[in-house]
Parts: sequence; structure tokens; C-alpha cells
Amino acid sequence: MGDLIVLGISCIFVNNILLAQYLGNCPFMGTSKKMETAVGMAFAVVFVLVMAGLITWVVNTYVLVKYGLGFLRTIAFILVIASLVQFVEMFLKKSIPALYAGLGIFLPLITTNCAVMGVCLINVNEEYTFIETAVSSLTYAIGFGLALILFAGVREKILLGRVPKPLQDTSIGLVTAGLISLAFFAFKGMV
Amino acid sequence: MAKTLAQEFTKGLWDEIPPFRLVLGLCPVLAVTKTVENGLGMGMATTFVLLCSNILVSLLRNVIPSKVRIACFIIIIATFVTVVELLMQAYAYPLFLKLGIFIPLIVVNCIVLGRSEAFASKNKIVYSAADGLGIGIGFTLSLAALGGVRELLGSGCLLGKDIMGPSFEPFTFMIEAPGAFVALGLMLCVMNFIGKK
Repeated sequence: MGDLIVLGISCIFVNNILLAQYLGNCPFMGTSKKMETAVGMAFAVVFVLVMAGLITWVVNTYVLVKYGLGFLRTIAFILVIASLVQFVEMFLKKSIPALYAGLGIFLPLITTNCAVMGVCLINVNEEYTFIETAVSSLTYAIGFGLALILFAGVREKILLGRVPKPLQDTSIGLVTAGLISLAFFAFKGMV
Repeated sequence: MAKTLAQEFTKGLWDEIPPFRLVLGLCPVLAVTKTVENGLGMGMATTFVLLCSNILVSLLRNVIPSKVRIACFIIIIATFVTVVELLMQAYAYPLFLKLGIFIPLIVVNCIVLGRSEAFASKNKIVYSAADGLGIGIGFTLSLAALGGVRELLGSGCLLGKDIMGPSFEPFTFMIEAPGAFVALGLMLCVMNFIGKK
């Protein structure tokens, strides 16, 4: 149990998926201009990442490794993620329309979010057990959401300031992300 | 076709150079540019995938039904990524270990899917190949440039050779994650400044 808590904390803070592992940066830059879209994206990622992490673990352990098909991992994982996203989209549209409307266009975008694929690959490379996979997927997703929402808050404030023209938009966004990343860097000594 | 073949090729080198003009595919840009060598390796792997997937998508553009086109593109791209992965494991194992999970992650690099969707699915094979090659080389150059800045400031070396001399105090901040964001942000600023004139 203690190990799982340590794993969780290190996934949220120390190895934060956005700021320390550099995964999922396109949606990080793309959806952080407004708080609303950032929150939508954060929840969509938590939802899909946990499911994708568990399903790819099962596929990897009981199909790919068992039959010696390890070289097909990339293709198998991207297919699992793409079809999972499609399935989740259809399911939500039918049964929970309110949530579907809330997540909106962020669901299909998740297919090409490298955070999802990246976490699935990390889980497999680190040879986590099923429980560890569940914990790491969930906490990586929480770390993603935390960083995204923090960053969106800062970015909304930047809009009020006067930024030199060449630095505007993505450029100042990246520098800001660097500063937040520096703050997260301080967690390195924690675990 | 208003543009010539040469124009399709050169636009990837300046007008639409990723990741500066097209802000796509940021993750590998930030993650693998600790040194010039890593940047070049990653750039070449991505160029290969871009070129091959653009050609194949362009060949199949009249066969693929438009409703399932994204899924088809992803499978085509994933196939070539697997090819690169296996080739690198066989012939460039040290580089393969350094780049780690970022090789399989070329699948979800938005530049590759973006070119398939925006260009190769609408244009002839030769033009698509020129586009893929141009964008790929542009991407490689950007990665190498960013890698150069970070390697020079972060460890005082360039391609593993000591440039700055023994009195230089390495600026380790540049090699770590925060430095990647700041360096890319400032390079983008310089590009904007030059380009806007």
C-alpha cells in the first residue's frame, strides 16, 4: 500500500507528465487559453487515460507477450486507443449526453494526445502489475489535469498584460510553462 | 496546381517550418533536444515516416473512404513507425535507447497525421513526397538548432566536442525540462521577430 502511495505521488508531482516528461504538450498549449476548455480537456484525459492504461495492459500481457508479438506493440496500442476513444464517444452520446456536451471536441482529439500513448508505453516498459498500472494511469492523468488547469489560470492573467509583439501567444506560453516547470522541479527531492 | 514542385519542397524549410510556424509535434521537440545528435536522429526518423506515409496516403487517396480516413492514416503511419523502430534497434541501438519511448510516439506526432490529412490526401504522389521531405527536413533542422543551443549552454559541448573551454560553467538549467520550454519559447520569439519584417 505504501509503495502505491509513493508511486502515485511521484507520478503527480515528481514525474509530472507535462512538465517533467514532456508528453501531451500540444493539447497543453492548444487548450490552455481559456479555463473552461482546460477543465474539459483535463477531465477527458483522466477518463480516457485510466481506461486506455488498463486495456493496453491486458492486451499487452495476454495477447502480445503471450504469443511473442511484441514488435506489433505500437500498432496494437494506437488501435486500442483510437477505438476506445470512438467507443467512449458513442457511449457518452447515448447514455450521458450532459457529460458528452461538456467534453465536446476534446474526446476525438485525445487519440493523438501523446500523453495517453506515452503512459501506456511507460506502464509496459516499467513492467507494472495491474494494480500499479491503475494507480500510475490515474495519477499521471491527475498530474496532467493539475498542470493544465494551473497553466490556464496563469495564461488568463497574461492576456491582461502587455506582451512584446514577437513574444505573443505560444512564445510567452512556452516561457511561462518553463517557469511552472521550474516550480515543479522543486518536487524532485520529495520521493 | 499553382505551386511548383520546388515550392512545395522549400515551404517546409521556412514558410511552414515545424515546430515554429506550425506549432505541432511539440513533445519530441522538447524531449529529445538535449544534444544535437539526439535531435538529428529523431528528425531523421520522423522524416522517414513523413515521407513514406505521405507517399502511401497519396497513392491510396482515392481508395480510402472519407469516413474512416483518420483510422486508415493512423494505421499507415503506425506501420512505418514500427519499421523505423525495428531498423533503429538493428543498426543504431545506442540512439534507440536514448530516444526511448519517443520513437513509438512518432505515431501520435501531430505533424505526421496533419500532413497526411491536410496535404497528401488531396495531392498527387510527387507533390506529397516533396511536401513530406520538405517538412521533415525543416523539422530536423529545427530539432538540431534547438539541440545545439541547449547542448552548448547546458554542457559547453557541441556534438560531444568541448567548445567553450574549461573555464565555462555549464548552465545545467538548459538541459533540464524547464530549459527546454524557455529555449523553445525564446527561439519562437526570434523567428517571429525575423519573420514579421
